[in-house]
Parts: sequence; structure tokens; C-alpha cells
Amino acid sequence: MLFELLGVPPQALFAQLLIGLVNGSFYAALSLGLAVIFGMLNIINFAHGALYMAGAFVAWMLLHHFGIPFWASLVLSPLIVAVFGMALERVLLSRLYHLDHIYGLLATFGLVLLIEGTFRQLYGVSGRGYPTPEVLKGGWNLGFMFLPNYRAFVLVAALAVCFGAWFFIERTRIGSYLRAGTENARLLQAFGVNVPRMMTLTFGLGVALAAFTGVLAAPIYQVHPLMGFNIIIIVFAVVVVGGMGSILGAIVTGLALGVAEGFTRVFYPEASATVIFVIMAVVLLIRPQGLFGRR
Amino acid sequence: MAEREAYALRSEVSGWEARQGAERGRLIFAAIAVLALICAPFAVYPVFLMKVLCFALFACAFNLLLGYGGLLSFGHAAYYGTAAYIAAHTIKVWGLSPELGLLAGTLASALLGLVVGWLSIRRAGIYFAMITLAFAQMIYFFALQAPFTKGEDGIQAVPRGYLFGVIDLRPDLTLYYLILAIFLFGFYVVYRTIHSPFGLVLKAIRENEPRAISLGYRTERFKLATFVVSAALAGLAGAATVLVFQLASLTYVHWQTSGEVVIMTLLGGMGTILGPFVGAIVVVTLQTHLAAFGAWLNIILGAIFLACVLLFREGIVGIAQKRLKKLL
Amino acid sequence: MRLGLVCASALALLLSAGPSVADKSPVKIGVLNDQSGLYADLSGLGSVEAARMAIEDFGGKLFGAPIELVHADHKNRADLASTIAREWFDNSKVDAIADLTASSVALAVQELARERSKFAIHTSGATSRLTGDACSPTGVHWAYDTYALANGTARALVAEGQDTWFFLTADYAFGHSLEKDTGAMVEKMGGKVLGAVRHPLDNQDFSSYLMQAQASKSKMIGLANASSDTLNAIRQAKEFGLVSMGQRLAALLLFITDIHAVGLEAAQELVLTTGFYWDRDEKTRAWSERFNKRRGHMPTMIQAGTYSAILHFLKAVEAAGTKEPKAVMEKMRAMRVDDFFGNGGYLREDGRMVHDMYLVRVKKPGQSKGPWDYFEVIRTIPGDEAFRPMKDGGCKYVKN
Repeated sequence: MLFELLGVPPQALFAQLLIGLVNGSFYAALSLGLAVIFGMLNIINFAHGALYMAGAFVAWMLLHHFGIPFWASLVLSPLIVAVFGMALERVLLSRLYHLDHIYGLLATFGLVLLIEGTFRQLYGVSGRGYPTPEVLKGGWNLGFMFLPNYRAFVLVAALAVCFGAWFFIERTRIGSYLRAGTENARLLQAFGVNVPRMMTLTFGLGVALAAFTGVLAAPIYQVHPLMGFNIIIIVFAVVVVGGMGSILGAIVTGLALGVAEGFTRVFYPEASATVIFVIMAVVLLIRPQGLFGRR
Repeated sequence: MAEREAYALRSEVSGWEARQGAERGRLIFAAIAVLALICAPFAVYPVFLMKVLCFALFACAFNLLLGYGGLLSFGHAAYYGTAAYIAAHTIKVWGLSPELGLLAGTLASALLGLVVGWLSIRRAGIYFAMITLAFAQMIYFFALQAPFTKGEDGIQAVPRGYLFGVIDLRPDLTLYYLILAIFLFGFYVVYRTIHSPFGLVLKAIRENEPRAISLGYRTERFKLATFVVSAALAGLAGAATVLVFQLASLTYVHWQTSGEVVIMTLLGGMGTILGPFVGAIVVVTLQTHLAAFGAWLNIILGAIFLACVLLFREGIVGIAQKRLKKLL
Repeated sequence: MRLGLVCASALALLLSAGPSVADKSPVKIGVLNDQSGLYADLSGLGSVEAARMAIEDFGGKLFGAPIELVHADHKNRADLASTIAREWFDNSKVDAIADLTASSVALAVQELARERSKFAIHTSGATSRLTGDACSPTGVHWAYDTYALANGTARALVAEGQDTWFFLTADYAFGHSLEKDTGAMVEKMGGKVLGAVRHPLDNQDFSSYLMQAQASKSKMIGLANASSDTLNAIRQAKEFGLVSMGQRLAALLLFITDIHAVGLEAAQELVLTTGFYWDRDEKTRAWSERFNKRRGHMPTMIQAGTYSAILHFLKAVEAAGTKEPKAVMEKMRAMRVDDFFGNGGYLREDGRMVHDMYLVRVKKPGQSKGPWDYFEVIRTIPGDEAFRPMKDGGCKYVKN
């Protein structure tokens, strides 16, 4: 009845729901990394999108130059990018912690220009195609839609990593240090924990999550230098809606906004790029700390 | 005891003298600067200068909000671009004269600033930045969709027309003096705003908002007023750009333009009156004269940006002021 | 009144007197395009190199002075392009600006050049407005336009029996006009347009839209978008099995560098219209190999078109013996474009260079002999059929 009213067959809605979840899992994994970094380092990492792009590119380079397959890249590429990220944190970002948030945002904005510019200079803008791994080619016909195997894999992999990270932070000893650090870094230092090193590792973790998402994205999207350029703004919105620094908030909001975007594509496709910002504005006005934020 | 009193008196007097001197120095400096701007088009290509002035005004407006109000708007392109579109449309399609087109654009931006400002100033810091960005994205979406903006073609071939129906604005030199007048007007508005009781309250709010509230100031009204003035001046800059280039296009409302104005302000020195102007000169010059370097330009800009944030946060003018003070 | 008349005629005399003395000052050409953004690979520095080759092949000198070449990146920003173009025309004595990617830039520079009686040589702006309502007596449109792309692809495919269409359209003027032109041609040929879905510019995920296309059960899916949008749509259409379930894709604007980037695996069987393919005959191969040696990739139709247009312009200036715009334009129209690109094409009064277009199909990975061996030409579309008839454009400078 409701479906008929909306003029869209229910199958199409199920299909969009599923697709929305797949896209949402990308948002979730990316915003999780951003939230972890913000929570611990108090830095809004504008370069998150660029590092996501770097993750995809490193996977492509590994395959192209060294013949390293997708599965190995899934581990190697995040590691490589994380090491690069930690170097950045040590050399640049660690000098900004005592300052206003604005400076972190601005410094990472500069990093975006640098990283994207370099890849553009090296590979041109049209980028490269990354093949889907052989095992995951094809798909299932679910009756209401054709679900490519690879998309199903992305959904599972991204969610597994998200909840793994959540578990790590909420349920392990190191995770508890991390949470304590976001509350009161000085106190934690007094307890004999090496806080600067923890910050570096946290940044590495956040960056690795971005790069991991990048590798997941490589077989779906064209791997090109600007691929992280627009997604970063969406991921910002996700983090803000979920509540800055809230781990669970980032995951749930990521998925929810993916679904919201999917539905918009059916009813009013032209607005699909903007719906997230409308939601963000509404949430900020009603609940400024975000859906899952405290205070 | 008496000696100390005399010393205090002396230092007070010399402080007063110094202030007088500084005032005089400032006036002389302002006179020289204006004179230089008047002569500039005979040495440098006027269209380039006009572009610098428009962006400088845009950056000054932005600086009023960030440097003095302490509010980082990450969507200032919305006001710049809205005014540009409105001015272009009213001049080209409705046939308004240039001064009315400028006014229409500025008013539209002020109105938009009132709405967005009213909604967003209740939040501070990074939330404020995000909410302004969200509204700017909506404006971008609107500009992409609305038929009157002509999509990615932009509104083209906007006539420069006759100022007050008399002065032909087609020669670049004539237009330059109009743009210079607009810039000086905008600059003066920013200057007066900062150096007024209003500006002092604004500073107090930036430094310690709860204290300003406890002193009885309704801080939200001050912030909103600043936001509207900033949006209106950004709009004025956008509308003036339309007269210079005779077009309004999507890049004016794109978030990169919002980012660019942040770069200019930061590079020049935020919270300094001249900083945005210097920042605009540097960025526009880089863009125009390094245009043959293509992608390298972004890398260079990124490096400059990083260096600014890490090494000299006071910006070019901030540092120059410090050096000057030491010298004197 | 009489005074005004005298003044006017004096002015007219003055104006006409100027150019009648042959202007033989050194020739300077500017290439203004996107060298760092979305279109950098398909025009960018490749076009600059093509322009350099044209000048070298011409002999490097005209009127006894070397021909100068300048280039700049406009980042797809109309205001930046406008600053640079004005500076070039007014201060640097540039005579012609070529390439001009992005329609906002193309239209802006067209207007600047028209006001100043300088030459605007469009080789990459797609909009057919450049020879329609925005035409200029000193503007030429060389390689292709939206009309020719839509026309060539739709006509051939509907004739082949692919008569039901669904469009994936980038939601901005360029996408809309491609959709409209192609749809009109489909219906004119007796086909049917089943629907269209609009997606935002720079979209990453196309699965939702592709599913709607799938549900329409059309035979053809027309991609009315460009660059990374088209590439992502192609990749994902393959992923979602649209092609293997019998639907076919037609990309309405795609370049050989795009095919190179996306790979044959994803792009195979795609049908598109292009103004140039390097591996078509001896002459195209010879020139393209030279280009490849210098740039490391095969030329796109924009880059080849830039070479052809600049060479033709230089020949016309030489033949006219002056840079005076009217004389040069007359020569440009009178001379056939007899190079590997134009193949005997000619320049119309509205600025359109009419030449053959090619309907091509992308090869399967097995059929391709190596990198850049991507297209199979399935039909040569004669120029007069490919481009919009001059009377339909509405160019106000055309005398009827």
C-alpha cells in the first residue's frame, strides 16, 4: 500500500536498501578512522580522503609493479600508508596539538593539496583501473536484484573491520588507554603511559582504516587522484552527525546515511549529493553534539 | 616615590605621544597605499589588479569573521557566489544598471547571511565550520540546478554597462577606479567595525564569551551582526567580480573557493587589517603567473599552506608587524 | 545629428584604415586549458605539445619572425581563464587562443575574442552553442560538438535495431543537452526513449542508477556524462551484469585516454563517436607515433584537433599575408583542411569545421594487439551528416 503510494515497487526499495548499506559501509569505515583521530588527537583530518586515495593507489602500484594480488594488498597497503601517516604525524601534526582545532584542519588541508598534487603529477587525472579479484567475480541473482559478489564482500569486510576496531577500542587494555587519553592525556601520562607514542599509533590506526577502505574501493571505482576529494566532505558530515569522536556513532551514522542516500536516489536522484548535508544541518540544529555525542 | 610617580607620568605621556605618532604614521601609510593603488593600473595590467582587489575584499570580509569574531566559516563561497549570480542575472536579464546590480547582489548575500548566520552562530568552533559548509553545499546544489544560473556554462557576457547611466564602464581603467572605490569602501567598513565599541565587544567575546555574557552583552546578536556584515561584504566582492569578468560561474560557489579565501587570510595574517589584502595579492599572483606550471601549482600552494600553519601562524603581515615593533 | 554622422564615419574610416595596412607583426599563439584537473589527460599538456608540433611542422616562422607559443592552466575556472585570456590578448599580443576546455571557459573566451577581433580556436569545448547562439566571426570550432556526438551514435545504433533507450545523465547543462540531442535523434529514427535518471556531477557510486536502468529493460543505456562519471558508470555496469544480461552501453563523450584508464576489460563492446582515431590510416598513424614519442601516449581527438586547427590557422595567415581577422577567416574558409585530421574538411561560415566523424566500437581484450589498439571503426559518418545544419544553429553572423 505504502509502496504503491510512493510509486516504487518494494523490490526496488530492498535493492536500494542493500546498495545503501554497501555504500554506507564505506562511509562507516572512513568516518571511523576520522572519529578515532579526532577523539585522540583533537585534529580534524582533512587529508583523510587523500589517504584513502593513497591506499587505493598503493594497491594498484603493488599489483602493477610487483604483481602483489588484492588479498595481500588488503594488508600491505594500509600498513604502508599508515607508516607514511605516522611519519606525517611525528613531523607535522604533533606540533599542532596545543593549538586551536582550526590549525589542524588547515594543516591537513595543505596536506591534501600536496598529496593529491603529487599523485596527479605522477599518474595523470584519469587514473587507473583495478581488476576485481578472480574469486569474487560474478554475483548472485537475489530475485529483486543482482548483487555482485564483490559488493557483498565489501559489506562484510568493512563491517568486520569496523566492529573489530570498535572492539579493540572499547574492550581491550590498549583501547582503554586510548579512551583515557581522549579524556585526560596528562593524567594518562602521569600513569606512565607514553602518550605521544600512543597518539602516533592512533593516527596510524585511523590512516590504516582510510587506506583499507581505499583498497576495498579500488576494484569498484576508477583509481584516480581526485577520488578522495569529494568523499571527504561527506565523511565529515557523517562524523558530525554521529558526534565528533564517537566510535559507535561514526559506524551507525555511516550506514544510516548510506541508506538515506540510496533512497534519495530513487525518489529524487538530483538531491542525492545534498541530502547528507541537509540531514547534517538539521541534526546540528536539534542536537548539536551529534546523535551519539556526549555533553 | 616621587621619582616613580614622575616616571609613570613620563611613560604615560610618552605612551600617549607614541599613540599619536602611531596614528599619524597610520594615516601617512594609508595615504601612500591609496596613492599607490591609484597609480597601479599604469604599471600593472588593470584586470589582474581588479581581480586582486575583489579577492582582497572577499578575504577582508572573511577575516572580519575569523580574525575578529573568532568564527571559522568554511562556506563563505556561498555569499560570494550568490551575490555574483544575482548581480549577473539582474544586470543581464533584467537590465539593471551596474550600481543596482551590485546592490541587489549584496542585499541577497546579506539576507542569506542573516538566515544562515541565525541558524549557525549558536554553535561554535568546528561545529560552526561544518554547519556553514553544509549550507554552502546546499547553495552549490541550488546553483547547479536552478535554470537561471545556466548550469556549468555560467551566466556569460554580462554587460558592464554605464554607472549611474552615465559613466561607460567598458574601458578597463574606468572600471578599475570603480572597483578600487568599492574595495576602499568595504575595507573602511571592516576597519570601522573593528575600531569601534562594537569591535571591542567582539574582541571580548572572542577572548572569553562567558565573561562577555556576564557583563550583560547579548553575544549572539553581536556575532550575528558580524556574520551578516561579513556575508554582505563577501557578496559585494562577488558582485564586483561579475563586472570585471562579465560572468558568473559555478566555481564561485564551489567549496574550493571557500578554501581559497581561508588560505589568503591565513597566509596574509588573520586578525590583522592588512593581512587578507597581502594574502590575496600573493595567491592571485601565484595562480595567474604560475598558470603554466599546471599541477605543480597545487603542490606549491600546499607547501606554502603547511609552512604557514607550522612555522608562521601570524602570516606575512603579522610577522612584519612584529619585526617592525622590534625595530622601533 | 550630422555631427554624429561625421564622427561615426570618421571613426569607421579610422577603424577600416587600420587593418588595410597588412599586419605582419610576429604571430603568437596561446594554449589555454585544464592542465591539472579532470580534463588534464585528454587536453592539457598534450594539446600544448600538439600546438608545438604544428608550429614546428609549419616551419616555426611567419613574416620573418619566430611563431611564439604560450600556455597556461585555467583549472576549469572561468574567472581565472578570463584573467589570463584578457592579459594575453591585451598585453602579451597573443593572436589566437586554442583548446579552451570546459564550456564555461569556452563561452567566456569566445566573447572576449569576439570583442577584440582575436581568434578563439575551440578544440575541446563540447557545447554546440559555440556555433549557435554564442557563435563569433572569429571563433572556430574544430574537433567535435555535442550535436555530432549524439547524432552519430544514436543514428547508427537505432538503425541497427537498438531502438529503446534509457539515459544516465549527469545533472548539469552539458549532460542535459547530450540527453536531449540523443533522445531527439533516437525518436526521429523511430526509436523510443524509456526514461532517464539524473545523477550529480562527480558521482562515485552508480549502482542505484544502474538498477533503475536495468529495470527499464531498454536495449541501450546512453551515458550522457563525461570523464570519471562515465568511467565509473562503465565499470559498475559491468559489475552489475547489465552487459552480460543483454543491455548495451553507449558513451556519448569518451576519449581514448579514458579507455586506456578504465581498461578494455570493462570498456569492451562500448560504442561511441569520435572525431579522430590514431590507427585509421597511414597519415594518422605517422603523426600519432610522433606524438606518442613526445608525450608517451596516443593523442585524443582534442589533441589531434589542436594540431590540425593551429596548422590550418597558420597556413591561412600566411596565405592572407596579414593577421587582419577578416582576411584570415576568409582564407581559412576558402582552404580545405587537408591534413590527417580534417581529411578534406572545410570551415563553415558559423565557425564549424565540418569533417568526417567515426563511429567506433571498443575492442575485446583478446582482439587488441597491444596498448592503444582499442577501437574498431564501424562506420565513417560523412561530415555533412554528422554536424548540425547551419540553419538550425541560429548563428547571427551567418548571412542568409
